[in-house]
Amino acid sequence: MKSSTEIVMLLAGLLFVLGVAGVIIRKNIIFMLLSVEVMLNASGLAFVAAGSRWAQPDGQVMFIFILAMAAAEVSIGLALILQIYHQHKSLDIDKLKEMKG
Amino acid sequence: MNNLLWLVPVLPFAGFLILALAGKHISRVWVAIIGAGSVSLSAILVLIIGISFLSHPPATGYYSQTLWTWMQVADFNPNITLFLDALSLVFIFVITFIGALIHIYSAGFMASDKDYSRFFACMNLFVFSMLLLVLADNLLLLYLGWEGVGLCSYLLIGFWYENPVNGYAARKAFIITRIGDTAMAIGLFVIFYQFGTLAIPDILTKAPVLWQQGASIATITALLLLAGGVGKSAQLPLQTWLPDAMAGPSPVSALIHAATMVTAGVYLIARMHIIFQLSPIAQMIVAVIGAATLFIAGFSALTQYDIKRVLAYSTISQIGYMFLALGVGAWAAAIFHFMIHAFFKALLFLAAGAVIEALHHEHNMFKMGGLKNKLPVIFWTFLIGSASLAALPLISAGFYSKDQILWYAWASEGGNPLLWFIALLGAFITAIYTTRMMVLVFWGEAKTEIGHHPGKLMTVPLIVLAFFSLFAGFIELPHNFGHFTLFSDLLHQVLPETVLKAGMNNELQFQLLALLSTFGGIYVAYVFYYKQPQRIEKLKQSRFVMNLYLFWFSGWGFDKLYNTLIVRPIVFIANVNKNDVVDKLYQGVTFVTVSLYQSLSFTQSGSLRWYIMGLVIGAIIILSMQIML
Repeated sequence: MKSSTEIVMLLAGLLFVLGVAGVIIRKNIIFMLLSVEVMLNASGLAFVAAGSRWAQPDGQVMFIFILAMAAAEVSIGLALILQIYHQHKSLDIDKLKEMKG
Repeated sequence: MNNLLWLVPVLPFAGFLILALAGKHISRVWVAIIGAGSVSLSAILVLIIGISFLSHPPATGYYSQTLWTWMQVADFNPNITLFLDALSLVFIFVITFIGALIHIYSAGFMASDKDYSRFFACMNLFVFSMLLLVLADNLLLLYLGWEGVGLCSYLLIGFWYENPVNGYAARKAFIITRIGDTAMAIGLFVIFYQFGTLAIPDILTKAPVLWQQGASIATITALLLLAGGVGKSAQLPLQTWLPDAMAGPSPVSALIHAATMVTAGVYLIARMHIIFQLSPIAQMIVAVIGAATLFIAGFSALTQYDIKRVLAYSTISQIGYMFLALGVGAWAAAIFHFMIHAFFKALLFLAAGAVIEALHHEHNMFKMGGLKNKLPVIFWTFLIGSASLAALPLISAGFYSKDQILWYAWASEGGNPLLWFIALLGAFITAIYTTRMMVLVFWGEAKTEIGHHPGKLMTVPLIVLAFFSLFAGFIELPHNFGHFTLFSDLLHQVLPETVLKAGMNNELQFQLLALLSTFGGIYVAYVFYYKQPQRIEKLKQSRFVMNLYLFWFSGWGFDKLYNTLIVRPIVFIANVNKNDVVDKLYQGVTFVTVSLYQSLSFTQSGSLRWYIMGLVIGAIIILSMQIML
């Protein structure tokens, strides 16, 4: 029987991978933003679990930081998405690329 | 009167400055008066100084006048000092006196040229540079004059610059003499390194103390100085510039060949004679170069059809005699021949210039002829000059100087029979080509009508020079014939006496042989060019003779040799380097950078997905490396 910390870490890792996969696979920018949020929360979960494992407050402090940052990120991200939609009338990430390499 | 010495070079320089700065605003008459007058004044001044020098010889044997210190760097402090002794007295006399006559002649000769003032400005600068060269008290000042002479030769050979051929000849003269000058500059460095001074009297007193007889450093120094002399004096192997230097106006040729420039090498060797005496090998090389040059140039002169080129090769040949004399230790004889040669060669060039101008700028001797009665003054003066060049016995000055050299080539300590034989052969050839030139130009039937007769300005200098070509020889008579040694007594104040081998007292036989070679040469030319000209045609049918003729005509193929050995490889390298070979290295650096950037630029696709993939893969690689290591 593994300790609960390890299980929570595995869950956090799984969520992170899900988020990465979402960013890569999704076409719609809003869903990509959502996936990034999932990744942020996965790492937050890992911090909290690690904090409780060592009985230190640092992990929760870090999570508060991540929450604040995520809020800022979402507000800016949504504003950008609105602008992109106004200009291109599309939210498809593949149609938005302009560089030819 | 000696303290007026500084005026001698300053007068021509002042003439140059006035003509160069304000020449365009002065009338032609005044240009001629300033140009010829400045040199004439210094010639008169030299006469006065010479008389006072000879009547009251300074106790030390020389007179020096320090004008100012040129520069002062640590213990290197060359002065602007003029140095007058018997040797430089002879040289300044010849330079100013003949220079003045040439200037007066030029006033008539160049009368219709549009660049009258430029011509006289350059000529004055030429005379000034040469005076500086021979009056210099230290080798640095001498080098200044030396380079000045080179510059003026460039300016005057390319005087008619509209014709690209003349520009080419000027550049050739400048570059080839520059080779010798470079060697000479290195020689000066060696001398300064060894003695810590460039002052000529100091060097000459220190050299025998510091260097042993036959020391290799003496040989090296002597050879470096010799290379400078060889370049300026158009000796083997740097003689190729002189025949082409005929591109300039005739007075320029006269000035280069008689009074200035080509005699600089003779002066340098005579002036530095102590260094050459310390190295018997170097002195032997001087003699061999002289002998080889007089031989080669004599044969080339035999085949030329351009009257000025004949004279050019004869100059090379006569200076070969001077080098031969210097090499065998007959110092005074070399200077004597220099002076006599200056008289008759100036005369010959000026007379040839008059002939060329009278015949509408015709240089080809085969298109001349029959001028004997049409241009009597030119004919008689030219005849006298030719007699002196061919060393016609007893009556011409050239005989006395050349006979002395022939005698010393065998009899002096440095002489040997081979050198003597070559010199005798050279005298024979000289007589042939001189007679050939005389016959072709003045006898036979007229082939070109004469345009206009030369004026007084041109004929008077010719007559004066003819007088000296005849009578200047009498100041130095052979031992068995009068034994009158005014000239060599004067020079022996500076130059050592020639040491004869033991038991040499049969000078008369040598004089008879020299006499025979002169008359033999005259007779041969008389037969081939006057009596039976068809013999020449017959000879020309032979392939061998024709090839030999072409070989000699091209100056023994030296131009071709240098073209293949030096000019063409350099042109080839220059062509290869046209696209800047060194730059290829830096182009390679940019090429690598550009190609790296191009090969990586496809990753900048703008596809967010790929960027994230890249991030993830990178993270995975870094993590896995951390786990594994």
